[in-house]
Amino acid sequence: MKLLRDTWLMFHRYFVIFISNPAWVIIGVAQPVLYLLLFAPLLKSLVHIPGFPSGGAYNVFVPGLLIQLGLFGASGVGFALIAELRAGVIERFRVTPVSRLSLLLGRALRDILTLLIQSLILLGLAIPFGLKPTAAGVLVMLGLVALIGLGMSSLAYAAALALKDENSYAPLVFTLSLPLLLLSGVLLPLQLAPQWLQDIAKVNPLSYAVTAARDLFNGNGGSPDVWKGLAIMAALAIVGIAIGARRFSRAIA
Amino acid sequence: MIHTRQLRRTFKSRRGPVEAVAGVDLDVLGGQTFGFLGPNGAGKTTTLRMLSTLMPPTSGQATVAGFDLRREPGRVRERIGYVSQEGSSYEDVTGRRELVIQGRLYGMGRAEAQRRAAELLESLELVDCADRKTKTYSGGQKRRLDVGIGLMHLPDLLFLDEPTTGLDPQSRARMWDEVRRLRESGTTVFLTTHYLEEADALCDRIAIIDHGKIVAEGTPDELKRQVAGDVVLVGTDGPTERAHDILKGQDFIRELTEEDGALRLYVDRGETAMPQIIRLLDGAGVTLATLSLHRPSLDDVFFRKTGRSLRETAA
Ligand SMILES: Nc1ncnc2c1ncn2[C@@H]1O[C@H](COP(=O)(O)OP(=O)(O)OP(=O)(O)O)[C@@H](O)[C@H]1O
Ligand SMILES: [Mg+2]
Repeated sequence: MKLLRDTWLMFHRYFVIFISNPAWVIIGVAQPVLYLLLFAPLLKSLVHIPGFPSGGAYNVFVPGLLIQLGLFGASGVGFALIAELRAGVIERFRVTPVSRLSLLLGRALRDILTLLIQSLILLGLAIPFGLKPTAAGVLVMLGLVALIGLGMSSLAYAAALALKDENSYAPLVFTLSLPLLLLSGVLLPLQLAPQWLQDIAKVNPLSYAVTAARDLFNGNGGSPDVWKGLAIMAALAIVGIAIGARRFSRAIA
Repeated sequence: MIHTRQLRRTFKSRRGPVEAVAGVDLDVLGGQTFGFLGPNGAGKTTTLRMLSTLMPPTSGQATVAGFDLRREPGRVRERIGYVSQEGSSYEDVTGRRELVIQGRLYGMGRAEAQRRAAELLESLELVDCADRKTKTYSGGQKRRLDVGIGLMHLPDLLFLDEPTTGLDPQSRARMWDEVRRLRESGTTVFLTTHYLEEADALCDRIAIIDHGKIVAEGTPDELKRQVAGDVVLVGTDGPTERAHDILKGQDFIRELTEEDGALRLYVDRGETAMPQIIRLLDGAGVTLATLSLHRPSLDDVFFRKTGRSLRETAA
């Protein structure tokens, strides 16, 4: 099928670009690793506070870090697209009969692959600190990260195509991703937050992903919150793809 | 190969709408090299982007490579190649990879794409840098790669947006050779340029566009014949006013304009006009510094049609 073939060709192109410069897998994973080393230890003294979820500091914190990785990792992908836009590559592809959807999906799949590699690195590093994952939990977790990556990087590409230059893309990404992060309960569980903050967080899709991720690492793999998180992230991915694909097929004036 | 009727494109800007292309009628036959000549901002790129399906026209009709631009853009895309003004390769990819993926996107198998890429690298003299990332390429190498990318799928029609702008004379000569080879192979080429000598040297037909409108169209010779007669340039020592006054009333001079401190005379026959000019100016005591005879060039055509010199506007 043409869509699959084109998506594969695009994925392959961006994968080759990626392995020709693998430094940024490390750069991407550096930030969460710093959180793991320099922030997570603080939580150890908080685990006994009423309202702190059970399961131990790392089993509470690391799942959130993976969601953060997905959010930040995917939001940065627009920069490479803007570079290509400027080089005329996107215009060149749009003159070929290539499927417009594959222009988006090929890249997004490469981004997902990167995220999954980074997630595994992070999980591996967290185990010596006291993270106790289950195989099933990790698998579903990776699925959740993949969905976040798909949705967020599609939205990031749509924004990059709309704005067309780094100087407006960068501020947009930074102003949006920080509140998204703070209102998701990644750093500290939202159960500790006052009610009004918890209410605002309810409109942030990522907060459901964080809740689902924590359940996955704390023996509640079958809880309805896991399904809810997965469903909301799947919906986000679909919306993201729809918006991103529309942008790729529209004229870039 | 290309037929357009009243093709228009308007952009919205803060100071109201800008009519970048204001009703263009073009007919380009198969196998021709067609030149689109015009100064900066004339609407060349906008026209090309419409014809290559990148941008929908605001109004008007066009068929490109046998298919209606609006109704069957997919069919058009299969048959055309487009080399944009800005270039089209990515710095972190090798030239060979860029060619291969381009072929693959047009449905070629891997082996076929690799064979075709090798062939193009050979003919465009890019073998030495084929497996280096394109950020290491010189300007000329990059531009040749762009053309190669546009030719990967052997299109019937190739759009080249300013293929030689910014190239040194040697690279430009190579590009000219490449365009001539394309013409010999039967490919229709639609190129834009600021350079009159380029349009003159390469093109079977030329359209001159200014402010979004075609101001002249024809073979280079036809266009030059529209500016009948010859051009004589007269340079004097010091101000040109006296010479201007003396020559103004003469019957054999059809038109007289001033340009860069010299006089430009349009005459029927330069050979007989020159001695007369010398006699007249000598007799009045005006010292001639330079006197030269020119067959009309496309520059004169442009000047006649727009009142401006293309060289000034394209600077
Ligand atoms: N996206 C756009 N939005 C607004 N105005 C535009 C846009 N693209 C082009 N224009 C305007 O349309 C006019 C024609 O531009 P175009 O790029 O077609 O000129 P050109 O003949 O290719 O010039 P050049 O020789 O400099 O490449 C210019 O006045 C330009 O500013
Ligand atoms: Mg242009």
